[in-house]
Amino acid sequence: MWSDLGIDLKAHDALLSMLGGAYQDIFLSQKNRPEGMKYFDFVMSEVHGLRIKELMDAKAQGRKVIGSYCVFVPEELILAVDGVSVGLCAGAEFGFEAAETVLPRNMCSLIKSAFGFKLGKVCPYVEACDVVVGENTCDGKKKAYEILSPLLNDFYVIDLPQMKSEAGKALLKQEYVKFVKKLEDASGKKVTVESLKKGIEITNAKRRAVKRLADIRKANPAPISGLDALLINQVFFYDDPIRFTDSVNKLCDELEERVKKGVGVFDKNTARVIISGCPMAVPNWKIPMLVESSNAVIVGEESCVGERGARWITEADGSTVEKLVENITERYFNIDCAVFTPNPSRVEYVKEMTKKLNAEGVIHYSLQFCHPYIVESMPAEAELEKAGIPTLRLETDYSQEDAGQLKTRIEAFVERVHKK
Amino acid sequence: MRSAGIDIGSRTVKLAVLEDGELVLARKALSSHNPLEAAALLMRDIDLGTVVATGYGRHLIKANLNCAVISEIKAFALGARWLSADCRAILDIGGQDTKAISLDEKGNMSKFEMNDKCAAGTGRFLEIMAAALGYTLEEFSKAALSAKRAEKINSTCTVFAESEVISLTHQGGVREEVALGIHKAIVSRSVSILRRVAPPGSIFFAGGVALNECVRVHLAAEMVREVIVPEDPQIVGALGAALYASTKKGDEKSHRVIMKD
Repeated sequence: MWSDLGIDLKAHDALLSMLGGAYQDIFLSQKNRPEGMKYFDFVMSEVHGLRIKELMDAKAQGRKVIGSYCVFVPEELILAVDGVSVGLCAGAEFGFEAAETVLPRNMCSLIKSAFGFKLGKVCPYVEACDVVVGENTCDGKKKAYEILSPLLNDFYVIDLPQMKSEAGKALLKQEYVKFVKKLEDASGKKVTVESLKKGIEITNAKRRAVKRLADIRKANPAPISGLDALLINQVFFYDDPIRFTDSVNKLCDELEERVKKGVGVFDKNTARVIISGCPMAVPNWKIPMLVESSNAVIVGEESCVGERGARWITEADGSTVEKLVENITERYFNIDCAVFTPNPSRVEYVKEMTKKLNAEGVIHYSLQFCHPYIVESMPAEAELEKAGIPTLRLETDYSQEDAGQLKTRIEAFVERVHKK
Repeated sequence: MRSAGIDIGSRTVKLAVLEDGELVLARKALSSHNPLEAAALLMRDIDLGTVVATGYGRHLIKANLNCAVISEIKAFALGARWLSADCRAILDIGGQDTKAISLDEKGNMSKFEMNDKCAAGTGRFLEIMAAALGYTLEEFSKAALSAKRAEKINSTCTVFAESEVISLTHQGGVREEVALGIHKAIVSRSVSILRRVAPPGSIFFAGGVALNECVRVHLAAEMVREVIVPEDPQIVGALGAALYASTKKGDEKSHRVIMKD
């Protein structure tokens, strides 16, 4: 299977052994984890195993695997042509030397990592894709896609508006209509009212499950660690959606029992913080690990891998494909990514989350060279502080060399917000 | 009752011992490649009482002494307030970090800023620039103060600034003027961090770089504020940790480091 996909076996083994070690140290060593996490541990152990086998089996049955790098690519539409949707964002400092042969050095880690995985031939997901979908979000991704495109068999770009205007919405709708056509051509299947409704239903159920999880986290003591919750939000992007939904709901049943009994993973007297900012793709667990080893627990993520990716539900009513695509447009147009200008709803939602989840402070996380989030971080900090919400701005990348400095800041921030 | 604070910085290890509210002992040593040993030597054969560790190596000490830790930001806040009862703004420039801390009226930390991961504009930066110009640290500050004008140094990145310095000296730039340019670069970097958090009023300046007169003078001029430098600016973090240790009620565990030869 691996050689069919063109994977570099030696490099791939090195990556997996690094991942396995990190997973053991960061996740499996946590105390008092919910039983329901076993499913996600299994998924992680098979992330480059059974799941790839499933993708290959799906392909053998004539289904298409569609990869994407952004929450603006509607999974509903992919499911409507019986496709399999996989997230391709990468979170490891791997293959950066190779990436830097085609990209400038001062590029964000997320983009470099995606290139590193592709050029190093270590990502079976990208190799399994029939179509890879890019999107015009930030300048970094937009221009990097020009370089990525010739490396892939079938690369397609969705244009995105930059302002939340009527014209912007019309552009997004038009792009989604074009994307339907692209998917139909690639799969040889028609999007029908019935197939699209089914796609919407499956995707909404998945969102409702992670929303349910997000809501349970308001409890104190925290019934689940921020690391485990982040992991679930990461798995959201590449697991089978129906099985994922079922597993999250089962976990939530268990967590609700925990809350009733007052059982938690951390002491009740632990500082509660929210992370807001850039997405954290697997296996980027750096900041959460530092936070949760500094007398604090993360109770929510305002991120694409988190609430920004999942908090809106697509309206399922409609008797034509056009109406349903319009519903999808309405849903996705809400996403308050920092590439939009202005983008006031994002910080408003962080305030709302802080209140709802009984958080004591916000850690704003930016990837170095991610200008949209870095630029937003200063006004966001000022506004949150004005609203009485202590905020810490962090800017970092995928390397581990600044872990000491970050830990100092995080510990000092915890001392600031949480006076025992 | 005794209590002690040990501050393991990137360049220097500091120990402060308090007895009944008085500072009875302050010691310093270079961190070296083995900061744990450096700390053990400092703490050797002294009755320390309760120990609290701070600084970069705090978790290393914690693992060995099983003592409590606080961040150096909190330690500086506590130490500064003890030395200067009404201070609200603290600047600490250490070996590899620059920190600006603001306090509320009661002395609680209300905000802080810190430089990013590189040692741009910190003590290490000054050391390397002094070496690039062939000065000792003492000569470096004096030479800069003697200059009538400054060469413009654009970077506080140690690597880039070193090449700027080399390029200036190779163009026949006056050594003292380059030295002043470097001092001004470090001041301007600190001022931008300070301005983001510091409430009005005097600035309490601590850390090894506070020993540098040229930085002190230009900091006061740039901020147009009084700059207060304690008698021993390097001990503030260790002192803060010792103060924190003295408030740890119910923890009567006493530490005494006995070294085997």
